[in-house]
Amino acid sequence: MQGYRYLDDTAILRLDAEKCIGCGNCLEVCPHRLFTLNDGKARITDGNACMECGACARNCPVEALFVNPDDGCGCAHYIINSWLARVLNKQSNGCGC
Amino acid sequence: MARLATRLSWRDRLGTIAVRSGLRRNSYLMVPGLYCLGEPDGNSPVLVTGNYKLSVDTVRQELAGHHLWLLVVDTRGINVWCAGGKGTFSAAEVAYQVQNSGLAQLVNHRQLILPQLSANGVRAGELKKLCGFLGRFGPILATDLPEYLRRGEADEAMRSVTFRLSERAVLIPVEICLLWKKLLLASLLFFLLSGISPEFFTVEAALRRGTTLALANAAAIFAGAIATPLLLPWLPFRQFWLKGAVLGLLAGLIFVTVAGEGLARLELLALLLWIGGCASYLAMCFTGSTPYTSLSGVAKEMRRGLPFQIGTALLALLLWLAAPFF
Repeated sequence: MQGYRYLDDTAILRLDAEKCIGCGNCLEVCPHRLFTLNDGKARITDGNACMECGACARNCPVEALFVNPDDGCGCAHYIINSWLARVLNKQSNGCGC
Repeated sequence: MARLATRLSWRDRLGTIAVRSGLRRNSYLMVPGLYCLGEPDGNSPVLVTGNYKLSVDTVRQELAGHHLWLLVVDTRGINVWCAGGKGTFSAAEVAYQVQNSGLAQLVNHRQLILPQLSANGVRAGELKKLCGFLGRFGPILATDLPEYLRRGEADEAMRSVTFRLSERAVLIPVEICLLWKKLLLASLLFFLLSGISPEFFTVEAALRRGTTLALANAAAIFAGAIATPLLLPWLPFRQFWLKGAVLGLLAGLIFVTVAGEGLARLELLALLLWIGGCASYLAMCFTGSTPYTSLSGVAKEMRRGLPFQIGTALLALLLWLAAPFF
């Protein structure tokens, strides 16, 4: 994504090359275009561009991809509410979006 | 079956303004189901979207002159991408709407065009098994639908998410309007705190100093919720709380220079800290509106940003309360 970079070495995105069958689904759905296909295997070219949307993992037919499974959007309200919920030992009420 | 117009009425436009400004954010939805655009027949493509009315309006207005089917799935009035993340825009939900609408009896083909940004919720490979239709991901933006339909495929540009100035600007009103309740409460509190004096409570001071604080809030909102989104790619630092802090301190300096006459040193420092901290917080909250910040990243920067924001706010209030006594 031109003009934007977020924190390096933070997003959780892992690709198990052993499992990958090279179907190319991840290449198609990734909104940040960070996969390529080499010799019948997907490869992560720019893991730091990942925003953990989870589209690749959702559409991988062989579970070769792992993305931070903590669902919910990357928004501060959501995180504050989930931290508060943990402290107060209550159910988080999400973020309202 | 309902046919949707490809031109928005004045009511649609008023509705768009209302949701974009946060007046009715969580109840702007359409009845899920199958709709017509133009005069579709058995060979017409089937597009899928969520039942947030803003999504449907955006799609239909891009498709003037086209004849196709629009399958609106139940995302509880939430936009496509967030609904995918929350799991409401899923293969199961799409399959349910396909079956419920009797789509198989209306079209000869077995293909659905899904928004690319629903891929975080829809496992396209499951659709065939669930409802007999093949799911294909179309472009990210509705604007690219006509070109996609012509070519039959999306290019790299259509598949890449963007965050242009106009895309950022349109998010600003809702960020601000969601603040007004907090702001009203804060202002009330500020008037009370500002009146505390060696003579116990001074109404004149409450009004004068309370107004200054309210104006400081306006400066913080301008820096954190307006200038930060607009200037986002050009601001220093990657972490949003730092971007906001930089702009906030700058706005604070300008504020105390312009509005600081007659104020004590402690008060000037309090205002500077308050504007810096609040702007930092507001900028950090804007991460939720961007299409490139990861949840892990936001959590990481919040562990640094929140202590700064809470610290500056507490110190600012302390200085503000102490000032009349020196």
